[in-house]
Amino acid sequence: MLSALQPHLPILQVLVPFMAAPLVALFGNRQIAWTLAFIATAVSFAISAALLAQVIDGSVISYEIGGWAPPWGIEYRVDAANAFVLLIVSFIGALVLPYARASIEKEITKSTHTYFYTCYLLCFTGLLGVTITGDAFNVFVFLEISSLSTYALVAYGADRDKRALTAAYNYLIMGTIGATFFVIGLGYLYMVTGTLNIVDLGERLSSVGDTRTVRVAFVFIFIGMGLKLAMFPMHLWLPNAYTFAPSAVTAFLAATATKVALYVLLRFSFTVFKLEIPFEALTFQYVVMPLAIAAMFAASFAAVFQGNLKRLLAYSSVAQVGYMLLGISFLSHTGLTAGIIHLFNHAVTKGALFMAVGCIVYSVGSARLVDLRGIGRQMPWTMAAFVIGGLSLIGVPLTVGFISKWYLIQAALEGGSLVFAGLIVASSLIAVVYIWRVVETAYLEPNPPGRTYREAPLSMLLPTWALVAASVYFGVNSELTSSAASQAASALLDSTTQTQMLELFPTNPELNEGDAE
Amino acid sequence: MTPDLAIALTIFMPAGATLLLALLDKYPNARETVSLTTAATLFLVVMALFQDLNAGVVLTSTWFNVLPGLPLAFEIEPLGMLFATIASGLWIVTAVYSIGYMRGNKEKHQTRFYICFAIAISASMGIAFAGNMFTLFIFYEILTLSTYPLVAHKETTDARRGARTYLGILIGTSIGFQLIAIIWTWAAAGTLDFSVGGILRDKIDPTLLPFLLALYAFGIGKAALMPFHRWLPAAMVAPTPVSALLHAVAVVKAGVFTMLKVGVYIFGIDLLAETGASEWLMWLAGFSIIAASIVAMTKDNLKARLAYSTISQLSYITLGMALATSLGVMGGAMHIAMHAMGKITLFMCAGAIYVATHKTEISEMDGLGRAMPFTYAAFLIGALSIIGLPPLGGSWSKYYLMLGAADTGQLVMIGVFMLSSLLNIAYLLPVVARGFYLGGRPAHALSAAPSSRGGIQEAPIWCVVPPCLTAIGCILLFFYAGDIYTLIEPVAFPAGTLPEGASLP
Repeated sequence: MLSALQPHLPILQVLVPFMAAPLVALFGNRQIAWTLAFIATAVSFAISAALLAQVIDGSVISYEIGGWAPPWGIEYRVDAANAFVLLIVSFIGALVLPYARASIEKEITKSTHTYFYTCYLLCFTGLLGVTITGDAFNVFVFLEISSLSTYALVAYGADRDKRALTAAYNYLIMGTIGATFFVIGLGYLYMVTGTLNIVDLGERLSSVGDTRTVRVAFVFIFIGMGLKLAMFPMHLWLPNAYTFAPSAVTAFLAATATKVALYVLLRFSFTVFKLEIPFEALTFQYVVMPLAIAAMFAASFAAVFQGNLKRLLAYSSVAQVGYMLLGISFLSHTGLTAGIIHLFNHAVTKGALFMAVGCIVYSVGSARLVDLRGIGRQMPWTMAAFVIGGLSLIGVPLTVGFISKWYLIQAALEGGSLVFAGLIVASSLIAVVYIWRVVETAYLEPNPPGRTYREAPLSMLLPTWALVAASVYFGVNSELTSSAASQAASALLDSTTQTQMLELFPTNPELNEGDAE
Repeated sequence: MTPDLAIALTIFMPAGATLLLALLDKYPNARETVSLTTAATLFLVVMALFQDLNAGVVLTSTWFNVLPGLPLAFEIEPLGMLFATIASGLWIVTAVYSIGYMRGNKEKHQTRFYICFAIAISASMGIAFAGNMFTLFIFYEILTLSTYPLVAHKETTDARRGARTYLGILIGTSIGFQLIAIIWTWAAAGTLDFSVGGILRDKIDPTLLPFLLALYAFGIGKAALMPFHRWLPAAMVAPTPVSALLHAVAVVKAGVFTMLKVGVYIFGIDLLAETGASEWLMWLAGFSIIAASIVAMTKDNLKARLAYSTISQLSYITLGMALATSLGVMGGAMHIAMHAMGKITLFMCAGAIYVATHKTEISEMDGLGRAMPFTYAAFLIGALSIIGLPPLGGSWSKYYLMLGAADTGQLVMIGVFMLSSLLNIAYLLPVVARGFYLGGRPAHALSAAPSSRGGIQEAPIWCVVPPCLTAIGCILLFFYAGDIYTLIEPVAFPAGTLPEGASLP
């Protein structure tokens, strides 16, 4: 039975949560809804692990939907790059559900819980679909599935704070603009190539050459995805959305949504456009790189002055996206590896941090810093998780953040610039400031008299600590993530792209070695 | 015991003891027993390793790769052995002293204190035995983080501010400079393993060497090289056993030890000497020595004065490395031991005075020497050792440092050492002189206390015996300096040739 399903894993990856979503809504019982949702996400996780195991050696799985051969039919295409992202999304998705169960009890009206799980599963499906599909238009379809359900998920925060509605509305407008830009870009591509299959697009664009249409298409897709992944200064929707969404949603979105958008940008930049038009490389060097650095500093500074823990972490997320973009903008194998490994590392770290904050919200009812004085003694496990996550954000050794910094700085030095290395560490030192504000408040401020909070329930602490453990484990032993990220970078950089890079940076030694790591 | 097991023991035993310490939170006596037993056992393990090293056993241990090609690896070599011996040996003394001090002052959160202390020792062992720069850096950061709660121990506004400076400078320099230096080295040399003679020869443009060295020298904030020395006085808000740990045992010694390691095993003394890459560092260290001594003279707070003295003395070791000569390395390595023994004595005496009288300012301590003769005698011996008078340990390290300076023809540096010794006299001995000669009977009527014995009112015995022991240690080090010399010899003189003028003590 299992072996019969084996060839259909790519479609099952999306189908399982997709079919579970309406079932959950139909049953209407919270208990059954949760169980179904959890089974669906857990199965998804197992599938993505199996997929990654198949492609980690560099091979590619191509699945033809309905037996229609690509480029005519829709193709699901799994290589090391998206298998890695699939794993991240499904891992976080499966971990958040047990956590969400207790968390939403306090944050969302009980009668709407089943709909919450439906939205959650749809969002989950959308993110997986965007990642796995090899069809450009299919990307748009899944993107809309995930986005629409995300707007609803954010709006669920209105049960606690009405501002969630404005935040969701804001996100809706910005997200829709992003999606529209993306689909306009696709239209241009279809116009010049007549195909929508991503691999096919890449091949046909080579013969089209450097025309204005192609450049315009690139810009539309770039800006569309830039909005979705909160590239500075298009991040304005993010802080409010993360702050007012229910805690479980924030943890899930922070760890997955922007990461998937970043993956789409990577896929289009390197598999479709392949750096063949000079305009693209210039965009990375002169637009993405400065914006990434601006994000690293501006957003980190903004984080320092936030009084709300969720908002503080949201700004930190914008800064962390900056790190990923910076790695990618070096346009080298190490740089891409750095960007991709940070994608995973940051997902784990930020997931853990937002979950810890969710635990605080559960017990304290607030995420404002002033309400957290002396909380380190009353909620020792939650705060310890937060501190470890915070250390990872700073990039202290033995945490995943350190591994990311290591690759990033290495990429910067290979690019020949000590200045970038200096900027990377300087901005991570700002993280010390904002994390330590929290640590001092929680541990060194006296506890207001007569106030006692209980530790969050085990069902919330366990997922939190699972992520904390992951962010320590992959920081201590990064062989698995390093090789996966390196493979993913190789998968994105096919031979054409590599040649283009060599022409751009003839002296770059790392490229001459190819994917030796 | 296999090397793997022994090395793992040195790191995990103190760390493992923290669990027991946490469990025994409510039983202070049992908790202190655990802490003392661990300290003693650790020392025994280190001694066993010492014997293996002397017997010529290769002591290496590789755990696993953190990053591809970058393992957590350990290798015991003479410098590390020296540092480990000092750290584990003085931990016993500090552990005994802590009991007296923490109980005498009725400090809060004692369990947390002992736990962080044990983790700091674990980290120190990791630093001492690290087989590559990557491993060393990891434990270096653990040491920083584990000592933060110790500095912030009192949780007052002052303590918080001091701890913030402490963490800010140490994390800032280590991530801001040292990490970049390490990754640069890795990118250039393709390895981070420590090897005698260095790994950078022909791997990096010689004109860039001074910059790389600068990233290391300032990145090792624990060595308190000016202008990144502010954390040390700031950390004075901590309880005195912490100051003893910071200033004599773990933190600052980890800093200068790392500095020596980088000089000897990453750059290589010969490469530094040939390219002159460390010359600027020599001048800066010389400046640090004099400037910090002068600042020390202006401080009335005893611990602050000792802190600036430490900054000055640490630069001796940095200077020894920057001289880029075998004798300089020898002097620097010896000074790690000599200064540790002397300075821990001084700090413990300062703590004993505080426990007995709650006085912190030198100007208030007139005549105290007559009430606390043992404490003051120990202080005097420690001070004389720091100054470098025979027959005390400190004289040997200064002797070799000066030989090193003469060896390279840096006559100005000889002048720096001499001037600094004079300044040492000027800021350390007045403390003793005031204690014994100034003031009438102490005005705070110590002698009226019912428990006084002939006017003598010492701190609790747990606080007095340890400094007396380390004071004796200062004297013993003078006679056993030859052992340190033999230990360090293969590192300082890799070819095995003794230069003229260098003789075994």
